[in-house]
Amino acid sequence: MAAIAQFFDMGGYARFVWPAWGLAVIVLGGLLIDSVVTYRKRRRELDAAEERKR
Amino acid sequence: MFRFANPNRFMNWSGKLLPWCAAATAILLIVGTYLALFVAPPDYQQGEAVRIMYVHVPAAWMASFVYGVMAASSAVALIWRHPVADIAAQQSAPLGAGFTLLCLVSGSLWGEPMWGTWWVWDARLTSVLVLFFLYLGYIALVNAFDEPTRGARAGAILALVGVVNLPIIKFSVDWWNTLHQPASVFRIGAPTIAASMLWPLLIMAVGFTLFYVTLLLVRMRSALMAAKLRALRLQEFQAA
Repeated sequence: MAAIAQFFDMGGYARFVWPAWGLAVIVLGGLLIDSVVTYRKRRRELDAAEERKR
Repeated sequence: MFRFANPNRFMNWSGKLLPWCAAATAILLIVGTYLALFVAPPDYQQGEAVRIMYVHVPAAWMASFVYGVMAASSAVALIWRHPVADIAAQQSAPLGAGFTLLCLVSGSLWGEPMWGTWWVWDARLTSVLVLFFLYLGYIALVNAFDEPTRGARAGAILALVGVVNLPIIKFSVDWWNTLHQPASVFRIGAPTIAASMLWPLLIMAVGFTLFYVTLLLVRMRSALMAAKLRALRLQEFQAA
């Protein structure tokens, strides 16, 4: 337990280290979700349009 | 080279490449995070705060690198009128803006405990802030025209003019007084950073680069599908 607490304390720099890593997760995760959601939407729309054409 | 840039060929090879890029990205980011948080030693001066470096430095490198890709694609788009080059530039912009934002905020979070301030208006920090606004300005400009090709042209010109900022960012720490440290990896002579920190940093940097490549391919595929969709709808409209 103490080792885990010590890890999260980051030598007293927890309030700087974790927001930096947290923002990395938010920014990269946000870009990933946006890219994948848009991709799936375009795929569906294009498949539907090609279906209508046939 | 243009053989691979034909839209249909691009869809073909990018579809095959994507799963490999995505897998490599996931592995590198997981290994890099593990090494950065658990294996790399604390700094003898900065203690554990040095772990901010493993997101800040790769984000900073990507901020400039993505802009370079955007400018090169814009040049190809302007000179050869290649539509896939325009799409590469336009889809790079939000990714580059994200990396730049991450660089600025993580740098600020590192500056407060180490320099005693969140922000200084010195050349390095200011030129990176300008880079962030260049990305935002590019995105706004591209979308400001009713005619997409005109927006693409205007954006491409802005991207090329903004290239002047890249050497300013790189050499700002040598040319002017600053709180920011000078280059310790990409410098003449050997890196001045210890190997135990350099390896996790390089793995994170390659992971960030592959993350960019993977998302760029996904986004370019989306944009090409959107273009195809517009063409199909136009056909439907004309047939009706």
